[in-house]
Amino acid sequence: MEFLSENPATRLLKSCARTGLALLLLGSAAAQAEDVHVAVAANFTKPMETIAADFEKASGNKVIASFGSSGKLLEQIKNGAPFEVFLSADQKRPEAVEAAALAVADSRFTYAIGSLVLWSAQQGVVDDQGEVLKRGDFRHIAIANPDTAPYGKAAIETMSGLGVLETLQPKIVQGDSIAQTHAFVSSGNAELGFVALSQVIKDGEISEGSSWMVPMELYEPIRQDAILLKTGENNSAARALLEYLQSDAAHRVIESFGYAVSTPEPAAETTP
Amino acid sequence: MPTDADLVAVLLTLKLAGLTTLILLLLGTPLAWWLTHSHWRGKSVINALVALPLVLPPAVLGFYLLVLMGPHGPVGQFTRAIGLGTLPFTFSGLVVASVLYSLPFVVQPLQNAFEAIGTRPLEVAATLRARRLDTFFSVVLPLARPGFLTATILGFAHTLGEFGVVLMVGGNIPGRTQVISMQILNHVEAGEYLRAHWLAAGMLVFSFVVLLVLYGFAPHARSRR
Repeated sequence: MEFLSENPATRLLKSCARTGLALLLLGSAAAQAEDVHVAVAANFTKPMETIAADFEKASGNKVIASFGSSGKLLEQIKNGAPFEVFLSADQKRPEAVEAAALAVADSRFTYAIGSLVLWSAQQGVVDDQGEVLKRGDFRHIAIANPDTAPYGKAAIETMSGLGVLETLQPKIVQGDSIAQTHAFVSSGNAELGFVALSQVIKDGEISEGSSWMVPMELYEPIRQDAILLKTGENNSAARALLEYLQSDAAHRVIESFGYAVSTPEPAAETTP
Repeated sequence: MPTDADLVAVLLTLKLAGLTTLILLLLGTPLAWWLTHSHWRGKSVINALVALPLVLPPAVLGFYLLVLMGPHGPVGQFTRAIGLGTLPFTFSGLVVASVLYSLPFVVQPLQNAFEAIGTRPLEVAATLRARRLDTFFSVVLPLARPGFLTATILGFAHTLGEFGVVLMVGGNIPGRTQVISMQILNHVEAGEYLRAHWLAAGMLVFSFVVLLVLYGFAPHARSRR
């Protein structure tokens, strides 16, 4: 072997082999960094952007997120949309995905528990007791479509619990998702509306306009479940993202947007 | 079977399309006439503005309408000042949006029809001492009938299919802004495909029949487009 190594041609061959090996390794490393397509309920847009950026930095994987109402996303998934992970705004729709055999078994968990806020972009419109709902001295109140967006359903439950649903019905305008609902209110076209706390919270408080945190006993808890779809079964990035969502780092982000995170004992749930 | 809410949406859509078409014929006729006969050099700017909704994404139109007609927009402040309130989420708001959205579908066929008539019949009528308004009603209108037919059908059908703009400024209110296309979206998103089918198939058949009428019974109109 020794005389061979003196041969310049062999040296060239060796270095080629080394480069080739390096390229091969590099290639496999690139294959490990995968894309993961996530369908995300609109209320979780802001936290997801932060979490996705953190996750991308930590793992080298790329998160491609699509935001919409949970109902719309479910129908897209049922009709073959190329999502691998589904972050719904409720538990009903991930369960429907399970029932349709489109999910990986036992992959479902609650990633966040949401809060509903009655919010106006203007000061002094919403009082901190929600009395404005009983006065009804406004033209439009925006909610998300209750059939497709869980925050819209919670808004209906709240108004019906307060006994004001019937009188307010003619003033209700519906956004296609909670994101559009927020746009209706922030543009001033609706004086007030029921939005997700995550949409109006900044650094732990609601700084803009006026608001009323709807008491949790007025609506069914908005437990938001995540699920791994069949399409993502062999995607390591999809599994890694779901794991990351349950990490302390992700929990801190989720809580900073006003959500509670699920704890093993339901009794330990806290309101933000 | 279609639900009551579906029927309400159908009636509302027909009302919206009918009213929009009527307004567009009233506004579009003088506009198309002016565009045909004016020698003003800046005319091409108006032509471009009229054609804009053909190429503009409905989301763009809807977004600007939401901003302009909202309480902070100039149109919104004007409508509030005259006691109308703001227009988004109202039927009137949808009519305004639809008039803009369907404008070229009415103006352009009329313009084509007027151009096809040319100036000769007008000159002949003038030599017979017909007044200009008289000329319009007894010479231009009968000659431009295929153009009016096309304009009416296209304006109506295009408004019927409006979706993006309504989505932006409508607010999905039953009986006021919940038109057929919104109702189809509601059904699909709620997983009620059967209900979506009723409305969607209805729209499909209706649109086909409309075009069949347009191509079958108005060959002159077609050749002018």
